[in-house]
Parts: sequence; structure tokens; C-alpha cells
Amino acid sequence: MRRFGWFNATSLTLGLAFLYLPVVILVIYSFNASKLVTVWAGFSTKWYGELFRNEAFLDAAWVTLKVAFLSSTLATALGTMAAHVLVRAGRFPGRTLFSGVIYAPLVMPEVITGLSLLLLFIGIGLDRGVLTIVLAHTTFSMCYVSVVVSSRLVTFDRSLEEAALDLGCTPFDAFRLVTLPIIAPAVVSGWLLAFTLSLDDLVIASFTSGPSATTLPIKIFSSVRLGVSPEINALSTILIAIVSIGVIAASLASKRSAIRGQRDRRSAVRVP
Amino acid sequence: MSEPARFAPWEDPDAKPLIRFRGVTKRFGTFTAIDGIDLDIFESEFFALLGPSGCGKTTLMRILAGFEDPTEGSILLDGNDLAGAPPNKRSTNMMFQSYALFPHLSVFDNIAFGLRRDRLPAGEVRARTEEMMALVKLQDLTDRRPHQISGGQRQRVALARALAKAPRLLLLDEPLGALDKKLRRETQFELMDIQERTGTTFVIVTHDQEEAMTVATRVAVMDHGRIAQVADPTGIYEAPNSTYVADFIGDVNIMKGRATPADGTVSIEWAEGQPALRCATELRLEKGVTAFIAIRPEKVSISSRRPGNSPNAVAGRVLDIAYLGNVSTYHVEIAGGQVIKAQTANTDRVARQEFTWEENVWLYWSETAGIVLER
Ligand SMILES: Nc1ncnc2c1ncn2[C@@H]1O[C@H](COP(=O)(O)OP(=O)(O)OP(=O)(O)O)[C@@H](O)[C@H]1O
Ligand SMILES: [Mg+2]
Repeated sequence: MRRFGWFNATSLTLGLAFLYLPVVILVIYSFNASKLVTVWAGFSTKWYGELFRNEAFLDAAWVTLKVAFLSSTLATALGTMAAHVLVRAGRFPGRTLFSGVIYAPLVMPEVITGLSLLLLFIGIGLDRGVLTIVLAHTTFSMCYVSVVVSSRLVTFDRSLEEAALDLGCTPFDAFRLVTLPIIAPAVVSGWLLAFTLSLDDLVIASFTSGPSATTLPIKIFSSVRLGVSPEINALSTILIAIVSIGVIAASLASKRSAIRGQRDRRSAVRVP
Repeated sequence: MSEPARFAPWEDPDAKPLIRFRGVTKRFGTFTAIDGIDLDIFESEFFALLGPSGCGKTTLMRILAGFEDPTEGSILLDGNDLAGAPPNKRSTNMMFQSYALFPHLSVFDNIAFGLRRDRLPAGEVRARTEEMMALVKLQDLTDRRPHQISGGQRQRVALARALAKAPRLLLLDEPLGALDKKLRRETQFELMDIQERTGTTFVIVTHDQEEAMTVATRVAVMDHGRIAQVADPTGIYEAPNSTYVADFIGDVNIMKGRATPADGTVSIEWAEGQPALRCATELRLEKGVTAFIAIRPEKVSISSRRPGNSPNAVAGRVLDIAYLGNVSTYHVEIAGGQVIKAQTANTDRVARQEFTWEENVWLYWSETAGIVLER
């Protein structure tokens, strides 16, 4: 085996530092005892305590979680349905257009998505609040879900659904009892992805949120403009933890789905 | 004791078919996969569909199961048009070419799946499922998942699952493809046994003509989306209606020539300067038309001396000998370069292989050994 040369080691260190140094610094300073963000004064968890006594932050956190949960659930339902149509329905007039329309938000600048949603909500007279953020997050995260789910569905053996129909299932039952349990890991991974995306989002949320509902990223962003406080560091650390857990869980789920898919394909074909 | 009545409802003009195809055509775009099929299948039949790859066997099954709609024509089940009936509303069940077992369910739940869709009480589902598992000898595998059992066991789960709902019609798409020859044999007999006990009508697709001959009450030979012939196994083997069918089922020698009809027989001039071959036939052939004689190798005898009074005798030279244990097949080149196969049973352990390579021999057969075909 070749040795891990100094060149490789340096590039790896530099690369990782470039990516994660800011985050690491933020995490470290969240445990700083000093009120001044840039002066280290010993280890302390007091800012976490402060954080949990700050009503405004807690409210924002609650809104964020609520929005993330609702929008990711809605996006998962819609995205899975869209993926099913795209993969299963074969050729129908307008199929290319349909898939284009579903995937467009992936590359659409967030500012534009946010702005257009804002115009829509104003146009139909919807008061901005939790509902509007949920709707906005659903629109942009459902395309991610449908990408994840359709990549699983293309390798899904069609004859399983046909067997279910043959044994007396309605098409809906066939989907519920056979397709869904088998593609569940992909659906879960899509949900986690949508959840994290919603948790992260600042731009679209700031267009669609109103005075009655503020999400954490907006709260953080606005309070940072008044100066960085150690509380914000603590809050960000918690957010980073949640997002990392979400991403890791999503990738584990999709890995599991891939492995299971392979195993199922092996057992579906007739090689003993 | 009296002979049991022969099962042949297709010969009874009053019998009502379970399935009736009327001019069924299926096109995929411009490609015609099924081409105007008319066919009756009767209650309790074991009907085999046979044909080369891509001739439309699976498509025909899928039309029956309701996964494809015929482009033209109609299918009647018990006299009712099936048009528009979705797969879940048909009293047919299918055993898939790929088995299509549900990977997330245990063997038990796979078999019980269809029964549960009928909202039967749990006790009934359990009883029926256990009965099915016993039928295919899977009692010990209740809780296993499909990926935890062998290929042959999977195949039996698929069979039990399709049988569990006691369908009027069971469709089997190459059900035994995964099995080795011995297990295949056993399963064939098991299938026949199950079919006899349950009285279900089976339609089986197979590539294997021997399998079709073994299990089926009737065999349909398909060719490019059409049915070339439907007959019972003996009929298909001994009285094929075309050289295509004769060639598809088993080994056959086909000789082409000009016909000269006589009373109940026909003489075929097959090569310049050779005596014409005589063959019994009921066909009324015009004098001088092209006709074929199809003769199975086991009906051709071989001898080192010219046979005394055989109506058909042809001289030739042994090219090749295939020893298969129970039989030997001699490949003999005759006038014009055609190679004729003659088969002899090896009835004695020592005295086999009477002829050797390059030896000059005579082939001979009776007037009724071959069959005259027009195409
Ligand atoms: N959905 C489809 N679209 C287009 N052509 C199709 C489709 N399904 C089948 N065909 C064509 O129809 C023909 C018959 O196919 P089918 O699957 O019925 O063959 P088969 O007799 O079952 O062959 P095999 O013995 O290999 O299973 C083939 O030429 C196939 O390419
Ligand atoms: Mg097939």
C-alpha cells in the first residue's frame, strides 16, 4: 500500500479547514464564558441556559420546527406522488413538460421563488404567517423529494405492483401495501432532506413570513445585524447538530434503501 | 371396471368454453405482438402455450390477466366480455415469469396477501394459507422472507400465492424456468397433481416442448403472434399441420418434393433418379404441387443391407453418431446432400453401435411413418 503522502495530507487538512474551521470556531465560542464573542474567558454552558430563557428565540424555534415538520411531510406526500407519476405513467402528452416543471425549482434562484410566492400570497390575500411559510417550503422541497424517490422507483420491479393488482388490490392499495413499504427508506430520506432544507432556509422564509411568525434563521440573521451574541453561537450550534443528524440519517436511510433495493432485485429474479 | 371417460371438451360441440378469444389483436405502436387469435379454453384444462422467444406468449397472458388491453377483438370469460375489467376484478391469478414475491413480507404473508384483500375473517385466511403451504410443502418456511429461501422454494411460494384465491383460471408464465431438470420433472408432476385436485384451469407458458407435452391437455404452438396449431400432445407430435409445428416440437426429418397423388397415398419425387417416397395421407393434393414429408427420427429404421419390401428405402452414408445413453441417433447423408436422422433404442447393453462412421447404410420406413404436409 502506498503511504499517505505529505501532499495528500496537506491538501486534506487545508480543504477540511477551509470547510469546517468557521463552524468549529462558532461551536467553540458558544461555550465561551465571556460576553465578548472574540475573547476567550473559559468554558461555560451558560449561554445555552440563557438561550432557553429567551422567549423570542424559543418562539422562533417552535415556528421553525412546526414549519419544517409540516412542509416536509406535505412535500414528501406530493413529491412521492409526482415521482410515481413520472416513473410509472410511461408516456403521456406533456410528460417532458411535467418533469421539467417539477425539477425547475431545483435551479431557480431562491430570491425569485420567494418573490413570486410573496406576490401570489398578496394576490390571493393570504396573511403571511406559518401557513405561507409552510406552503413556500413545500413548493421548493417537494422537487428534492421527488428526485430522491424517483431514483428509487426506476429500479423498482413493476411486476410487484402488477402482482398486487392481480391478487385483488386497487391501484391505491397496491401502492400503499406494496410499493410504499418497499420504497420507504427513500421516502424517509426524502422527508429528512426536506426537513433540513426547511430548517436551513432564510431567503424564502424571509419573503413569506410575517410579523406573526418568524423562523430561527430569520431571527438569527436579524439579531446578528445588531451584533453577534454568544447566545446566537449557542443557538447555531444546536441548529448545526440538528441539521447534521438529519443529513446523516437521510444518507443512512438512502444507503439502506439502495442495499435493500439490490437485495430485493436479487431475490426477485430467479437465480437461486 | 370401465375406462374413465377421456377428457376432451374441445371435441364436444355443446361444451361451453371458460375462455374464448375472438379475433384478439395486440399492437405496440406499429408492431403486432398478437395477431387475430381465436381460441377456446375449457374448464379444468391444462393448456400450454408454446413458441419461440418473442412470439407473444407473455403478451397473451398479460391480456388475460388484464394488464394489457387488446387492440382489437374481445375475450369472454364464462361468456362475459372481459373488456374494461381491471386485473383486481378478474377471477384469474397469475404466477409471474419473475415470481414477483413481495420482498417485505414473509412467506406466510405473501401467500395470505390475496385472501386478506377479500376481507376474509382472520381464521379463514390462516386456515387457507396453511392449506396452501402444505400443498406446496413449505410449512417450515412460514416466517422467512423471500430473500432467505432458495430459488425453487420461491417458485413454490409464487405458485401457492397464485393458487390461494382459488381462481377460475391460473396463468403460469414459465413457472419452472429456474429449476434443474430433476426438480423440474418433480414439479411438473406436482403441478399436474395440484391441477387435478383443485380442478383449476391452468394456462402455462413454456419454452420447453417436453414440459408442454408432459403436463398439458392441449398445446398451442405460436408463431409471430398467431396460433400455428392447437391440439392435444399426441396430435401436435404425430399430426402437425405444418412443417413449422413439426420442426418446433421434437426432432423431425423434412423432405421436400413434387407430389403425385394415388388412392389414399401420395408419392413424392424428392431427388433426380431416386425412387419416389410413398406416404399415406388424407390430403387431396394436385398433381405436381410441392409437398413435404415429415418423419420423426425414431420412425426411421437403419440397416446395412437393402430392405426387402419396404415402400420407402434410401441409401446413405453415416456422418455422425450421437450416443445418448437410452437411444443412439445416426446422422445419415443421402442423395442430394440432405442429412436424415434415424434413431434406434439401445435395448441391449453390449450390442449397441452396429454402424460406424462412413459406413454405407440403408434407411427405410413404412407408408404411415411420415406425414404429408402442404407447407
Ligand atoms: N410493452 C411493449 N412494448 C413494445 N413491444 C412489446 C411490449 N411488450 C412486448 N413487446 C414485444 O412483443 C413481442 C412479444 O413479447 P412477449 O413478451 O409476449 O414474448 P414471449 O413469447 O413471452 O417471449 P419469451 O419466451 O422470450 O418470454 C416481443 O417482440 C416484444 O418485443
Ligand atoms: Mg415471456
